[in-house]
Amino acid sequence: MAFINKNHFWPGIILFLLIIPLITNSNYLLSILIIIGLYTIIVQGLGILMGYAGQISFGHAAFFGLGAYTVAILTTRFHSPTVLALLGAALLPGVIAALIGRPTLKLQELYLALATLGFGLLVHIGFTEGMELTGGPSGIAGIPYLSVGSFVFDSDIKFFYLVAGILILLSAGIKGLIESRVGRALRAIRESEHAAETAGIDTAALKLQAFIFSALLAGLAGGLYAYYITFISPSPFSFHASVQFVLMAVVGGLGTFVGPLLGAAMVVALGEFLRWAIPVVIPNAGGEYQIIFFGLILVVLMIFQPEGLGALGKRLKPATQKLPGEGYSTKIEAEKEGGL
Amino acid sequence: MLLKIEGLTKIFGGITAAKDICCQVNEGNIFALIGPNGAGKTTIFNLITGMLKPDGGTIAIDGKELIGLKPYQIAAAGITRTFQNLQLFGDMTVLENVITGAYLKGKTGFIKSMLPLPGKSREDLRIKEEARALLKDIGLEKAAGIPAATLPFGQQRLLEIARAMASGPRLLLLDEPAAGLNSMETKELAGYLMQLRSQGLTMLLIEHDVETVMEVADRIMVLNFGCAICEGTPAEIQRDPAVIKAYLGEDGNVA
Ligand SMILES: Nc1ncnc2c1ncn2[C@@H]1O[C@H](COP(=O)(O)OP(=O)(O)O)[C@@H](O)[C@H]1O
Ligand SMILES: [Mg+2]
Repeated sequence: MAFINKNHFWPGIILFLLIIPLITNSNYLLSILIIIGLYTIIVQGLGILMGYAGQISFGHAAFFGLGAYTVAILTTRFHSPTVLALLGAALLPGVIAALIGRPTLKLQELYLALATLGFGLLVHIGFTEGMELTGGPSGIAGIPYLSVGSFVFDSDIKFFYLVAGILILLSAGIKGLIESRVGRALRAIRESEHAAETAGIDTAALKLQAFIFSALLAGLAGGLYAYYITFISPSPFSFHASVQFVLMAVVGGLGTFVGPLLGAAMVVALGEFLRWAIPVVIPNAGGEYQIIFFGLILVVLMIFQPEGLGALGKRLKPATQKLPGEGYSTKIEAEKEGGL
Repeated sequence: MLLKIEGLTKIFGGITAAKDICCQVNEGNIFALIGPNGAGKTTIFNLITGMLKPDGGTIAIDGKELIGLKPYQIAAAGITRTFQNLQLFGDMTVLENVITGAYLKGKTGFIKSMLPLPGKSREDLRIKEEARALLKDIGLEKAAGIPAATLPFGQQRLLEIARAMASGPRLLLLDEPAAGLNSMETKELAGYLMQLRSQGLTMLLIEHDVETVMEVADRIMVLNFGCAICEGTPAEIQRDPAVIKAYLGEDGNVA
């Protein structure tokens, strides 16, 4: 790795990702990358909630679904302008998160997990049973493409660049957030809620903001998903998907900046691989085998790399811990990385 | 008078941890709370900072009633504290701990922090400089970049004080700041507290080290089983028969 300049590593990766559509004409690859990108948007929000505010949500597939259904219903039933519908797709989950989060975040951590789990199940039932509005199990077809002015995102390449652009802006925003007073306050909550309050941090309000933010992003991803697939049904928004988002956040590494992308890519790639590999090995296996493999991989990861893939680099850096009786001469490094 | 406590009472199940506590603390004073373990000293801090709700009584800073306010609101009113069982942000660097202590001095909110605005970095820079100055005051400037959890215990105590000072408090509550410090460090701490007092800071101090208390405190309250058995200047406390009996030992040798 010595010849890779650390400062050029991530820009290099991003540049490489950005030229992929120009060097391949595999729609399969592009569509996988787009899905990874959409999941990354969700996991970035979830990462702020879990990795920084120290809260967990098992209902983000519901926010994702609410975003998708908002776009589907507004565009097919009410012929709303597509950009406006996308805005609604982000706002509705945000408002609902505020309603769920306000009472539950005042209680202990477990309550948000339980409340979101119950909420996720309810919403999924709502999608399946809400015949008139949601189309029931068969869903809603004929969603138009997203168009901005006269520009229509009607191909995989255009959509790829749209998602990439959103991700780059979002990543810059999240980097700002993490390195700011607000990001430090969120980390403070995770480490000691008492000490955080003593420093004047309104911990309940900040956790609520993080939860709303994560729901907004899941909704945005859902809206984009609807415009990309142009057909939606309840199945991608089940409890199983919520667990996968949590898995992506954990696999990528909580509280790391690149974790969400790595986590989403790993879980999607693995899912695709298992979809192909399992029928080869076990001819009449059902979907449950996938879940078993995901579980196994999570266990192995937690044993060997509990901080997630995004923290792999940290292990390679020289230790900056102080030995007894030693000075602090090597500490400037760590301080720079604090990102202050 | 900066702090006024009247009739403060807290009952845990059958235990009365604070019973009808009254005291007044003047601006710029060091007011010490002493007493055996379990006397209710930390409970009084938890009540003042809003971490516990009292069963009775009032607490006012500058005439402003604090009961019913949330801990973060009490911090905003100018009261901050350190913890007997350290509560550092262990994953953060020493410097970040102090910067986080200055949370109230910043303005950037959730949305603003994500946008590339020029005012943000100016605010950050100013707070960072102040934090460095505080670390220097307390002798931790060389450790600025290391994770707080890796500091030796005694320095973690000092860091908690620096973090508390970063908010620019009017009233600082110190819960056994010298516990775990060696005699050298304890002397330095006492010197630092005197320096803070000379800058006009008001402090409430819980401390077991009697020598330090007698040296730095303007007034002392002695607690036992949740009750204030005596309050006065260090000289008065040393002469008080009830104190000598309950706390300072049969031989009455306190210093
Ligand atoms: N949160 C709590 N719940 C129940 N009992 C408590 C709690 N906090 C303190 N106590 C009890 O109140 C009494 C006073 O404790 P504390 O204020 O910590 O004493 P000190 O700080 O003087 O050693 C003790 O008997 C302690 O067990
Ligand atoms: Mg105590």
